[in-house]
Amino acid sequence: MSRPGVLSARIVVEDRLDAGLEAEPGEVIAVVGPNGAGKTTLLRALAGLAPMRGTLTVDGTSWTDPPRLTRDRRIGFVFQDQSLFPHLSALDNVAFGVRTGDKRQAAHDWLVRLGIADLETRRPTQLSGGQAQRVAIARALATDPSLLLLDEPFTGLDVGVASALRVELGRHLREYAGIALLVTHDALDALMLADRVLVLDHGRVAQEGPPREVAAQPRTEHVARLVGLNLLREGTELLAFSPTAVNVSIGEPEGSPRLRWHGSVRSAAPHGDAIRLLVGTDGPELIADITPAAAAELELGPGRPVWLAVKRTAVTTYPAR
Amino acid sequence: MPGRSAAPPGSALGRPPVGLVVAGAVAGVLLILPLVTLVLATPWSEFAAQLGSPAVADALRITALASSVTVLACLVLGTPLAWLLARVTFPGRSLLRAAVTVPLVLPPVVAGVALVTAFGRTGLIGAPLRDVGIVLPYTTTAVVIAHTFVSMPFYVLSVEGALRTNGEQYDVVAATLGATRWTTFWRITMPLAWPGILAGAMLAWARSLGEFGATITFAGNYPGTTQTMPSLIYTALQSDPAVARTLSMILLVVSLVILGMLRNRWLTSP
Repeated sequence: MSRPGVLSARIVVEDRLDAGLEAEPGEVIAVVGPNGAGKTTLLRALAGLAPMRGTLTVDGTSWTDPPRLTRDRRIGFVFQDQSLFPHLSALDNVAFGVRTGDKRQAAHDWLVRLGIADLETRRPTQLSGGQAQRVAIARALATDPSLLLLDEPFTGLDVGVASALRVELGRHLREYAGIALLVTHDALDALMLADRVLVLDHGRVAQEGPPREVAAQPRTEHVARLVGLNLLREGTELLAFSPTAVNVSIGEPEGSPRLRWHGSVRSAAPHGDAIRLLVGTDGPELIADITPAAAAELELGPGRPVWLAVKRTAVTTYPAR
Repeated sequence: MPGRSAAPPGSALGRPPVGLVVAGAVAGVLLILPLVTLVLATPWSEFAAQLGSPAVADALRITALASSVTVLACLVLGTPLAWLLARVTFPGRSLLRAAVTVPLVLPPVVAGVALVTAFGRTGLIGAPLRDVGIVLPYTTTAVVIAHTFVSMPFYVLSVEGALRTNGEQYDVVAATLGATRWTTFWRITMPLAWPGILAGAMLAWARSLGEFGATITFAGNYPGTTQTMPSLIYTALQSDPAVARTLSMILLVVSLVILGMLRNRWLTSP
């Protein structure tokens, strides 16, 4: 395996994205953000599939000056819909990207590693979603890429299949010597697989850091929701608190030194052992977890007016930049 | 048909409207009757003898040659044109696509006149060609050019449609896997467009088989060099209608065989 190098980039895509990115070999970076934040655009720009300005250097070589074609970039791209070649078998799909040596043997070895060697003669239409995604991952890794780009690899898979594949992808990513970028909508992916999280919002980097830190002190509404926290902005400070710390009542709560809001229930859905309420207030939209018994007692349903309160001690406060 | 849900029983929806039944029946009769009478009126006893006559053998040979070369020209030249139209953005692309489809609606005689204007002895291309000793009009080559001219649009449209349906995504995937465009074309694009290529080739072949107007205008009607089956039938009809019927029958049989192939290979594919 060739020694992959450092990545240093500033990627500007007209009206879509303006983001800096530095990465070390072996690093796995989760890219999160709401729809339209520029996550897929970032991957496509790195792959040379989206016209970009700015600079991109990998392993001391510029990929932008002069522009380097996609086929010469040594990337592995796992697409959201797998995009396996429909007329080729699983083995031939993987072998297509192998650059040197016995291509079919190398492809076979990759299918063995992904645990699907017995499916190598099958066409993509004869594979389940999870199997197809394994072939797609094998195909991307088999190119021996400097840069592995995964665009929501677990989207559309059954929950069980996704979690099994997540564990397995984690193993391959640890063995993988290059840089990996993983676009995801799932906080679990970021926490389990990534060394670092890059939060995009409106085409900008809104936050960057180790997964635990980002999960504990999110800076965007989107990430707060992903990790299941309420996030408030108070002047120059951000306030984060867990939905389990929110007290829900019908009458106005007693005592004053609490944060409290009046609003109506927008939705109520089971969340683990609890019922998670989404409450619209005059100010922020908040989530609160209560026990099913409490939900029944308070006769909570959509439209029900409620008071929410949270103790100061249950709130994490940190500066907004 | 497999995969189709059962239609509701007709009685549940009431009787089909008389207007539709009558109009549909008229159309059916109009399409079938001439062919049935042709089959009935064909002097079958002479069929074998006609098939073996030198004039028919020549005409069949030229028709087969012209249609085969036409299909070959479509594959070799038409495929790249369809690929360019479907995959490469260049100025004037939509204009080119429109121009390429003109021969579809052009009356064949007009096509023939246009070919004479371009490749005739005094034509724009024909004159310089004659200076170097190449004369096209009234040669078998002219037949092939005429056939290709009228048939290729069917092929290009069919293949371009197939290329567009498959989309560019697989080309993009191939590029991320390090493939050159040439490799991608052969290993990904072409195999995926195969049904469209086959259908296009069939259409072009069928069009070439029946080609008459452009050929007779540009290449003439000389037995042994430019006389195709349709031209021979036209000639025969003026002297001996019975022979014309037999010859027509031969061409009808060939057409039916092609239609059968189209049905199996193309019309039933998704």
